[in-house]
Order: sequence, then structure tokens, then C-alpha cells
Amino acid sequence: MLSRRLLLSTVLAAATLPSTVYADEPIKVVATFSILGDMVNAIGGDAIELTTLVGPDGDAHVYQPTPQAAKAVSEADVLILNGLEFEGWLERLTEAASFDGKLVVATTGIDAIPFAEHDEDHDDHAEHGHDDHGDDHASHKDHDHSEHKHDDHDHAEHKHDEDHAGHDDHDHETQASHDDHDHEKHAGQDDHAGHDHGEFDPHAWQSIDNAMIYVDNIANGLAQADPDNASTFFTNRESYVAQLETLEAEIDAMMDTLPAEKRTVVTSHDAFRYFAQAYGLTFEAPQGLSTESEASAGDVAGLITQIREESISAVFVESITDNRLMEQIANETGAVIGGTLYSDALSDADGPASTYLEMMRYNAATISQALGS
Amino acid sequence: MIWELIIEPFASFGFMRRALLGCVAIAIGATPVGVFLMLRRMSLTGDAMAHAILPGAAVGFLISGLSLGAMTIGGLIAGMLVALASGFVSRMTALKEDASLAAFYLISLALGVLIVSTRGSNVDLMHVLFGTVLALDNAALILLCSIASLSILTLAILFRPLVLECADPQFLRSVSKLSAVTHLTFLCLVVMNLVAGFHALGTLMAVGIMILPAAAARFWSASIGGLLGIAMLVAILSSITGLLLSYHHSLPSGPAIILVAGIAYALSVVFGPVGGLVAQNLPRRRLET
Repeated sequence: MLSRRLLLSTVLAAATLPSTVYADEPIKVVATFSILGDMVNAIGGDAIELTTLVGPDGDAHVYQPTPQAAKAVSEADVLILNGLEFEGWLERLTEAASFDGKLVVATTGIDAIPFAEHDEDHDDHAEHGHDDHGDDHASHKDHDHSEHKHDDHDHAEHKHDEDHAGHDDHDHETQASHDDHDHEKHAGQDDHAGHDHGEFDPHAWQSIDNAMIYVDNIANGLAQADPDNASTFFTNRESYVAQLETLEAEIDAMMDTLPAEKRTVVTSHDAFRYFAQAYGLTFEAPQGLSTESEASAGDVAGLITQIREESISAVFVESITDNRLMEQIANETGAVIGGTLYSDALSDADGPASTYLEMMRYNAATISQALGS
Repeated sequence: MIWELIIEPFASFGFMRRALLGCVAIAIGATPVGVFLMLRRMSLTGDAMAHAILPGAAVGFLISGLSLGAMTIGGLIAGMLVALASGFVSRMTALKEDASLAAFYLISLALGVLIVSTRGSNVDLMHVLFGTVLALDNAALILLCSIASLSILTLAILFRPLVLECADPQFLRSVSKLSAVTHLTFLCLVVMNLVAGFHALGTLMAVGIMILPAAAARFWSASIGGLLGIAMLVAILSSITGLLLSYHHSLPSGPAIILVAGIAYALSVVFGPVGGLVAQNLPRRRLET
């Protein structure tokens, strides 16, 4: 069986890729949703055969696997998922498809934000979240993480420096900076973040610091599954990280210009906590964290009161949820719809957010335009 | 105290007033239909029809996105087709109404799921179709009120044949040619009101506001007029209470409204003077009868 598959693959590879440098066919990789798929594509490039389960504009919270998905999973060598209970349907799928390849959890090592923190107190959210899990903390961790793996000192050093530089010219005026002394306190807690389930906000890709951890995890996972192409994966990661750093500087510059009293964003689905934490914004949403829950009159009323009292000028709609409720809130408060944000899914190729980098840039631009005007 | 509890939420928030208006419209339109469904022992038909509507609305959504018009028309077409086809089969063949309705709504449901799947969109259709009463815009409110008005007018015109068909369908069939027309028009009313309901409460919750108040009213009155009045009253009071609970305790509004109606039903079962649990088992009454 194995030899037949190998034979077939060699024949296929020879037929379709005559100039290929690989000894065997590209490894089969499955990513769970479009944003992750885009990152995996950036790292794996042509050396992998990528299948993304939940495509552009799809809602991964409530995805229902198709037989094709099960087939892709059962044939996959590597399955890359977000983790933090984001893909609730995945466990059943891997069991049903008897997946026996390598499982890569992209959020491994991320400083996850617990749910409860947000639900308790809306008003203190921004300061609170920022104090507890400062950006520097995440980048320190990233730094340690890379060093530990001994594959890339230069990148980690470089990033580390730049992060500090970036912090000097933003955030400090508007947010209390407890970054440095919090680092020690939280270093010991990293362990429990990865494998506790359902207690943490899974939308970790909304911060670029986290995206760097994502690509680290993806590159390492792919390299372990396909050691022959490891150098390709790490080279690709290098260039992707460079793009992430450029983007971060760009977004920092955009967010810098926002005045302190205009840093509250209202959106239809609470998926931007990591973004909020990274840039000192507050996000409010009438619907809980997941698109599965239905809004209550109390939440909507609370949000409207807040919009009125704080004279928030713009609310944002999202690409994957029903926006009728946001339109009603905008109507009632006189706030304008500031634009569409992409939270859990990329747009299709023609849209403004067809890759992760474009998505982050587009969201930041949309927010800074609406809040800055 | 009363101001804060009951009046203030509606006075200071437009969306609460809209939700209230939407609920009252549904209560006026759908509950009389529910009463007749109950009297004709067709309470479960509402549920079946709700499933039949779902795929039509989904197809409407896939064709033109989140458009009120397309989803309404899609739902109406799917519902009417199922109602007419099952009515036709049950009247023209040996198969009974319940079996033919079940057959057609299952076909409709499967067809809808198939169409949705082939289009491959993963936007959660159930979520889209489970409209929320808090997000009613002007177009949706106009639609709800129009359907309620049309429904009440049609019921007024068909009142006599409908009551007769509830009491003795065989007799109606023998004295009047209107029997089939009455039946089909009534099924159309069911479909229309369910479509209205899914904009406000979601497809399945819409059946709740149709049937539960009717079932509760059954324990308070034996006359048809009484049933209709009490059912509407129960529906409106449940809507107000449900909305206020949703407001004060941050509960999802649709289920809150239906659960309040459910509590009203449970209380009616126990304490209702007409055939309620207590009334039927009181020793005094047993002696009298």
C-alpha cells in the first residue's frame, strides 16, 4: 500500500513538476480556516499541498464539516489548527476521519486572554487588559521562545529591539505602562494558557505579536513533518516575519494619531480583544464572544447608553455576522457605520482583506479613519 | 419603581419600542391562527410548516443576501408549495393530511439543505434565519404589521367556515364547496405568519408564539371568542414580560419571550378554570357533575 502510494506520487510528481527539486510529493497540510491557511501558505509555499477547511467569509465557530473536509483531514500529513477551543468541531472530525498525522496548534505559547476578565467590567477593560498582559510581555516571550529553539537568534534580537522602539513612541501617553514589571509575574503562568479549554479568547491572530508566534509554530511543525524542506520553511518564515514587522510599524503609526478619548470601538462580535490589547483600544460588542450566542436586550441597551454617554462616533460591522442589529444601534445613537472589519475570516481574492497582512492593515486603517475623523 | 421596571426601558430605547411593536403585531396576527390550528388538532402542523419555510428563506438569502424581500418571498413560496401540495395529496388520495404534510416538508427541508451546501457558503444560515426581535428595521416592521392586518382580515372573512370546519369538517364539506378553499387559505395564513415570525423571533421560535398562547387560552375559555381574545392577551403579555426580562437580566430576547409564554401555559394547565388540573380534580366539582 505504502509503496504503491509512493510509486504513484513519484510518477505524479515527475509528470506535473518535471523541474522539481523535492525527492517526493509535497506533504499534505490542512489548515482549519482562511487566516491560518494564509499564514501556512506563506510559510509552506510550493513545498506543501494546502487545504483550507473554512474558506473566505466563512464562520469557523459554526462550521459543519463536509465529506471533502473529512477526506482532506484523513489524507493530511499535518493538521494546523488555531486551538483555544476555536474549532469546536475539529475533534470529532479528526476522530471520524482517523487522522494520524502531526497536529500543530498555532496558539501554542501564546499569552491567551481569559474570557472572564472582559465580562466582569466593561469600563475598565482597556487598562485592565493592558496592565495584565502588556505587549512587551508577549514579545519577551517570543524572544525566549525563539532562543530556546536555537534556530534564529538574529530575528529574535531584531524584533525585540524594534518592539521596544515602537513602544517608546506610542501607547505611553494613553496607557499606563506596567509592561516591564508585569513580565516577571506572568512568566510562570504561561504553561496553563496553552491547554486549558474554553476559558480563553481564541481570536489570538488579531495581534501581530501573536502572529509571529503562529508562524514560528507553523514553521516548526512543517519542518518536523518534512525535514528535507526545513530550510525553505525557515527562509519563508524570515521573509514573512519581516513583512509582519513592517506592518506592525505601519499600524503603530496609524494608531498613534488617535486621541485618548477616541479609543472605543463598537462592533458586532467580540473578536478584537488581542487587537485592543496591542493598540490600547477598547472594543464593545452587543453579542457575546461567539457568533453562536443571541444578543439580549440588556446588552444592547447597555451598549446604546455607553455610545450616547461617551459620544462614540462610529460603529463597525463585521464580514461574518448579521449586521442588522448594528445598523439599528447606529440608527438609534446617531453614530455612523464606520466600515466593515474582518475578524475570523479573510475576504475572497477580490476583497480588501484577501491575506492576513492585508486584513490587519485594512482593519487598522478602517478603525483609525473612522475614529480619527 | 414601576417606572424603572416597566416603562423606562421602552421610553428610553427605540429598539425596545420596535421590538414591542413587532411582538404585538405577531401576537395579533399569529395567535388567532394558532387557536384555529389547536382547535383543528393541527398544532404540530405549525412546526412542520416552519421547517418547510426554512429552506425557502435560505435560498432567498443565497440569491440576494440578507434581503428582507428575497427571504420573505422565498419562505412564502416554499411554505405555500408544501401547504398546497400536501393539501392536494390529502384531499385527492388515500394518504392522510399529517403523513402527506410530513412527506412534503421533509422533501422541502432536504432540498433546502442541499442547495445551501452546494453553494458552499459557511456563513451561519441558522443564525441569519434566527432573526432577532432587537434588530427590526422599518421595512421589517411594515412587513410584520401588514401580515398581521392581512391575517386578521382574512380570518374575519373566513370565520364561519373555519369554525364550522373545526367543529364538523364532514358537514362543511357536504354543504359547501368552500371547504377546500377555506382549508388552503388557512394554510397560507399559517405560512404567512410563520414568515413574519421568523423575522422577529427566528423560524422555530415563531411557532412558539403561535401555539403556546392558544394552548394556554384553552384552559380559560370555552367559547371561540374568548379563546381568541385570551390567546392574544397571553401573547402580548408574554412578549412584554419576555422583553423586560431580556432587558433587566441580559437574557436572549427570543427564547425569553417564548419561555414566558411557556410559563403562562404551565400555570394555565394547573389553575385554569376550564379543564385545568385543579378545577377538574376539586371534590366540589365532582359532586356537582
